[in-house]
Amino acid sequence: MRGDSVFPQLEQLLPLVSKPIQYVGGELGAVVKPWESATVRWVLSYPDAYEVGLPNQGVQILYEVLNEREDVLAERTYAVWPDLEQLMRERGVPQFTVDAHRAVGDFDLFGLSFSTELGYTNMLTELSLAQIPLLAADRDESHPIVVAGGHAAFNPEPIADFVDAAVLGDGEEAVLEITDIVAAWKREGSPGGRDEILLRLAKTESVYVPRFYDVDYLPDGRIQRVVPNRPGVPFRVHKRTTMDLDAWPYPKKPLVPLAETVHERFAVEIFRGCTRGCRFCQAGMITRPVRERSITTVAQMVHDGLEFSGFTEVGLLSLSSADHSEIGDICSGLADQYEGTNVSLSLPSTRVDAFNIDLAQELARNGRRTGLTFAPEGGSERIRKVINKMVTEEDLIRTVTTAYSNGWRQVKLYFMCGLPTETDEDVLQIARLAHNVIKSGRQATGSKDIRCTVSIGGFVPKPHTPFQWAPMERPEVIDARLKALKNEINSDRSLGRAIGFRYHDGEPSLIEGLLARGDRRVGAVIRKVWENGQRFDGWSEHFSYPRWVDACAEVLPGLGVDLEWFTTREREQSEVLPWDHLDSGLDKDWLWQDWQDALTEYEQDDCRWTPCFDCGVCPSMDTSIQIGPTGHKLLPITPVNTGLRVPAGA
Amino acid sequence: MGRTKNQPTGGQAPVVQRIRLRYTKRGPLRFTSHRDFARAVERAIHRAGVPIAFSQGFTPHPKISFASAAPTGVASEAEYLEIGLRERVEPAELCRALDAALSPGLDVIEAVEAVAPGSLADRITASLWRIELPGVTDEQLAAAVAAFVAQSEVLVERMTKQGRRTFDTRDAVVSIEAVSSQTSPPGVVVTAPCAILDLVVRQVTPSVRPDDVLSGLRVVADLEPSAPHSLKSARATRLAQGTLTPQGEIVDPLDADREPVAIGER
Repeated sequence: MRGDSVFPQLEQLLPLVSKPIQYVGGELGAVVKPWESATVRWVLSYPDAYEVGLPNQGVQILYEVLNEREDVLAERTYAVWPDLEQLMRERGVPQFTVDAHRAVGDFDLFGLSFSTELGYTNMLTELSLAQIPLLAADRDESHPIVVAGGHAAFNPEPIADFVDAAVLGDGEEAVLEITDIVAAWKREGSPGGRDEILLRLAKTESVYVPRFYDVDYLPDGRIQRVVPNRPGVPFRVHKRTTMDLDAWPYPKKPLVPLAETVHERFAVEIFRGCTRGCRFCQAGMITRPVRERSITTVAQMVHDGLEFSGFTEVGLLSLSSADHSEIGDICSGLADQYEGTNVSLSLPSTRVDAFNIDLAQELARNGRRTGLTFAPEGGSERIRKVINKMVTEEDLIRTVTTAYSNGWRQVKLYFMCGLPTETDEDVLQIARLAHNVIKSGRQATGSKDIRCTVSIGGFVPKPHTPFQWAPMERPEVIDARLKALKNEINSDRSLGRAIGFRYHDGEPSLIEGLLARGDRRVGAVIRKVWENGQRFDGWSEHFSYPRWVDACAEVLPGLGVDLEWFTTREREQSEVLPWDHLDSGLDKDWLWQDWQDALTEYEQDDCRWTPCFDCGVCPSMDTSIQIGPTGHKLLPITPVNTGLRVPAGA
Repeated sequence: MGRTKNQPTGGQAPVVQRIRLRYTKRGPLRFTSHRDFARAVERAIHRAGVPIAFSQGFTPHPKISFASAAPTGVASEAEYLEIGLRERVEPAELCRALDAALSPGLDVIEAVEAVAPGSLADRITASLWRIELPGVTDEQLAAAVAAFVAQSEVLVERMTKQGRRTFDTRDAVVSIEAVSSQTSPPGVVVTAPCAILDLVVRQVTPSVRPDDVLSGLRVVADLEPSAPHSLKSARATRLAQGTLTPQGEIVDPLDADREPVAIGER
């Protein structure tokens, strides 16, 4: 029977696999509804291991928003590790939800959230274990509608063969709208089958249905055009923007897992969007405009979330948290409210700015000063202008020195390697910067007991950014630069001893680059590499570069392109990009101009404090910046009765 | 108010009451590891607003001590822990609040104020286990049990933190009995065939766990369930643990802390 639990079969396998707790559910905040109580049933997935997928905010928010509707049920599924996958195949146990252990294939809609492209192979594992045909074209009415979301869905072309639909942008309103459309269609007796429901979704102009678009190619391999292949389907599909975050204060009931996960904290998004304009940052580009949550809503969410979950750590999240118009009052207000309790507050994603030290000081009142992270991203002044990360070396040294003087012993500096126009010298400057950081820190504190960690990630050009046209650097070049940098850091033994060095080699970035800017032809590579056993691409112990290179070599030449064509090739202004028909609101001409500005090292200021620079988002999406200050202050929490509570919802 | 003598500088409020709790690990949540459970308890204590006391020091820890830890994957009706409080509470209320704060399956079923001397751990010398063995017939199991009992020593091997170890499983087994699957208690779902084994095992070092005894049955009688089952997919439940009497019975470790009248009335 549809909706039956497969737990009895699964249970037999659990004693045979590692960390079985990740497959049994039972989280606080989890919702199990009777199958028959719902008209529309969603299964949501973050296609990575449970420990990574569970804390994902996007999935948690949609899960809660959907389950609040009486006629809807939503459950969750995650990627199973290879040990369980093998047993499930042997015993015929299907991909299951962790909530009621129902078969994923039984649901109406299967939503997958992709923060990165590295979940694509895991999606194929989930589909195949769910006994859902891998190719959307092979599915019929008995199969769920497979919907992709998350940042990677702004270019879903590499997975266009596997998904039925993709949604760009904020999900909370989009899932409800899709739910309503599916509910109406089901009530009418599902007229016209799968084709009809997909057409109804496509007509909203905010759900992309790849099968309704044809892609034509030029003889040289570039795309000639992407056009709708049936009436009523829009030429371009637009992203969704949820305005007024105070009206959407989710998660209210965060999921609290029994298993250990990567983030053991209650996270509150204090704003969405970012107009700092860092040119490499896809998140900053595609989530515009900035929409703040008010100081009072933030505080209420922190209070309710802590009380519900029992977490003792709160993260105030956003793309650049110190930019909230009332961040000072938020930090000091919350620090006052939770002083003397065991609650600790943290503010990830801050800029290099002395103001942040003040904030960090406030938040550290309750806890230990463990470490601060700053992201100058580029080693040289020049490259920082290219990427529009407006930080001078002076700023950085001053900020870090202040941190050391205020009792922090450990500072982490985050950089990227492989940026457009980057030279060996730009990367070697990271060493000089780190040396200066330690020198100034020792001078300011009079102590040798300070450290700094240099952490380097590989740059991956992403769609809908000014760097979408940029060539990637070859992995050998990246690896050579990193090696030279390491030597340079250690060239001074005394300073080098205080500097930690962490990096990723260039190969995984190249594959991420293939998946990020690929077109529909890359789908065959994903399928091939998955068939050859590739899984969990975000995990270095599972990622296999040779397997990807082999799959590319097997599949792409027949299509007239290759791995380099997708990655290390620079695009021209006139080229039709695979995602041009997907509208993030950003004006392509503005993006091109910003790319030209990058090449001439021209900096672009933030539109929150300087005039609009016409990126195009607000007018085309009919949105506008929503920022404070509201002028509200947080009141001290009156110590309510300290008696026992019998919490609901467990 | 000034500091009292019990309250050291920079310090945490002192423990004014100690409460001992019995809890379960049921159904799917038997796959909770001890670490997972410890985290869940800590959060439940915060959710329920329990006035937990903290240890002194740079990183204060909540005063929670676990008397036992059933192995991951083994269910239990009788696990015990003790918490120290900085304010007094009514044990029955604490029991209700904590139970509501934990996921269903991790159920707090009893709370008693610690009044009698001696630690909980000292009162636990043996456990009663029930093991369901899918793919094993009653006859197979009865024969294996008879073979096991006839031995004076049954050596098995297991990986421990110290590496692969060989140890005796026979001596720690106080009683071992194949229960006819007809008489299985209500609530236990049995998919035929499924033999049931009841075991009383003394607490020894290295500990003899239910799966060790099953290994022992395999050693003495080649006990092996029919495919696709394996001994690893057997379902074990700790039904009780406590002090082993000379008569081979197990005394609930909370008995000593209960008021004398309460015992008879339970």
